[in-house]
Amino acid sequence: MTEQAPIFILLFPFLTAVIVALVGLRHKSLSWPLTLVSLGASVCASLSTLAQVVEHGPIRYKLGGWSPPFGIEFHIDGLSALVAVTVSVVALLTAIYSKDNVDAETPDKSSQYYSLFLLLVSGLLGIVITGDAFNLYVMLEVAALTSYALIAMGNKRASLAAFKYLIMGTIGASFYLLGVGYLYIKTGSLNMLDIREILETAGLFNSPTILVAFILITVGVWIKMAFFPLHSWLPNCYAFAPTTSSNIMAPLVTKVMIYVMVRMVLTVFGPNYAFEILDWENIVVWLAVIAILAGSIGALAQKDLRKMLTFLIIAEVGYMVGGLWLADETGITGTIFHIISDAFMTLCVFLFAGIVFAKTGARDIYALEGMFKKMPLTMVGFLVGAFSLIGIPPTAGFFSKWYLVQGGINSGNWEYVVALLISSLINAVLFFRLIEIAYFGKKPAEGHDHHHGDDHAKVSEASFTMLLPLLSTAAILIVIGLYNKELVSVIQDFLSQFNLATSIR
Amino acid sequence: MELLQSIADSFNYWIYIILMMIGLYALVAKNNLVKKLIGMSIFQTAIILFYVSIGYKDGATIPILYEHQAHHGHHDAGHGDAEDAHHDVEHAVEEAAKEIHAVAEDHADGHDAHADDHDTLVDSHDAHTSSAIHAEDFANPLVHVLMLTAIVVGVATLGVGLAITQKLYGEFGSIEESEIIEQIRTGK
Repeated sequence: MTEQAPIFILLFPFLTAVIVALVGLRHKSLSWPLTLVSLGASVCASLSTLAQVVEHGPIRYKLGGWSPPFGIEFHIDGLSALVAVTVSVVALLTAIYSKDNVDAETPDKSSQYYSLFLLLVSGLLGIVITGDAFNLYVMLEVAALTSYALIAMGNKRASLAAFKYLIMGTIGASFYLLGVGYLYIKTGSLNMLDIREILETAGLFNSPTILVAFILITVGVWIKMAFFPLHSWLPNCYAFAPTTSSNIMAPLVTKVMIYVMVRMVLTVFGPNYAFEILDWENIVVWLAVIAILAGSIGALAQKDLRKMLTFLIIAEVGYMVGGLWLADETGITGTIFHIISDAFMTLCVFLFAGIVFAKTGARDIYALEGMFKKMPLTMVGFLVGAFSLIGIPPTAGFFSKWYLVQGGINSGNWEYVVALLISSLINAVLFFRLIEIAYFGKKPAEGHDHHHGDDHAKVSEASFTMLLPLLSTAAILIVIGLYNKELVSVIQDFLSQFNLATSIR
Repeated sequence: MELLQSIADSFNYWIYIILMMIGLYALVAKNNLVKKLIGMSIFQTAIILFYVSIGYKDGATIPILYEHQAHHGHHDAGHGDAEDAHHDVEHAVEEAAKEIHAVAEDHADGHDAHADDHDTLVDSHDAHTSSAIHAEDFANPLVHVLMLTAIVVGVATLGVGLAITQKLYGEFGSIEESEIIEQIRTGK
């Protein structure tokens, strides 16, 4: 049973997506419980897989018994197991939260909605656990197609945002596919580990074809993860999508794309090629610095709560791209750690934004007025998420940033360290502004006192299904922070095979 | 002259680049959403052409083994029975698969300097198989299979794109991007 766990991670949400769509024709009320059960099973499967990986090392699961490189395999090492656990847990928490939102925002479509939701999760899980470069493309498109539909279910503006995302997403995925094509020309293989082996044994690293493949894959993945100059699709999509859609996509989609980048750089091309033969680190780290600053400054300019958070995602993507290209073991540890902690802290603040929107119907940050008195528990959850994004111990965000900064110092990329600190300061400004509004009830200068006063009289604590995921996410953030040593040891076990630079230059 | 020759040699690849650029232009420059989607389709078709071109080899045929071919291949090994023929085919397919794996790139990209390394690999396979079936006689079927998947993905993307366009038309009464943006700006 446990040796079959890798396939169950994917199978549960994937098959349930079909079942939910069919059962939903008759019994709409069953959609939500079915979704919860399948995602719960998926969480168990991914935890069991993680336990196996930690104990016995990487798992190579052959689909249908066909041995690689001819068959497709799932290759699960420490990195993919950790990200798979993150994805499935975030999905489960969002699913619990979604109960009221889905009924309110997409009435009569709840079964279709949950079906798409589960397909999105299975696509993301597929990206994480597959060991085959073309299979990854297919999973990328499964996740992308469902996310276009999930976004387009929102309000009027969401449709246009979804259309733009569809165009950008297709270009990104097509670049990735082309890159895989060029890799296939040179190596004749689609299996990631096999590609790496052929690249090394045949000494193909100086070939221009491989360079083209690397550039196409990198740019394709950058578009998909909204790395700064290529980010234009993201803010509107996540700000105007239905609450549940942005709650699942904001934490996961960009983070899974960063996983793809890490996977491509470390496992497929190898750090030796990406960091030493190409020697691009400084350019990419500078791009990341620009992305971090642009994202943070963009966030300062926003009055819409959710839109402000989407710009923070862009800054966080800059953290992780920069962290990887520091080419330093500590920096890369920080990147992988940050994939996990950022997924949870983004989830935390988006869940909070969703609750505020559901309770007040307002999008702007002044809707938070007096929230501490009206919904104290919700605010506790929000505070933990905000502290984590700022980087205050003992939350997870502090430790992942710690490793990123340490990596920047080790590799001598001071511009990255400075950008990270500035961005943390800006996060502090942003969130303390929110906390101030929520605690002291500071009103905007123009003053819509009457309007707000009436609305807020009715606001009370969020319902149990909304509160439980928010508080669990907050608890997870603190637990990750407290047990950061254990997490880092799993990441460093994974990284130890690559002989990365560790010494101070 | 040399330039023309190189264009003629890699004709498929030039066409794929041109098609891709046409698609990209339509994606970026066109104002009409349906035209954008058509551009997206052209863009994806260009990639399909690229992949199909990878599988092409001079003088190769479709990768289907006939019984007599497989049989002929092991004639010297003394298999004459009809019962063995099936086993022969299986064996030949296995051998061919191994060779395809090894030679995939030097037939797709013959100009490359590194092709030499793999020629020796293939030679070693030839030496110990003595089979009359060689991977270079058959087009590479794997890329075509991959493209079947990519075509399905392309159709699905186009379908979702058209559905969103229809939704936009229902909401704004227009499929011109500039008009929709104008409505969003003034309507707010």
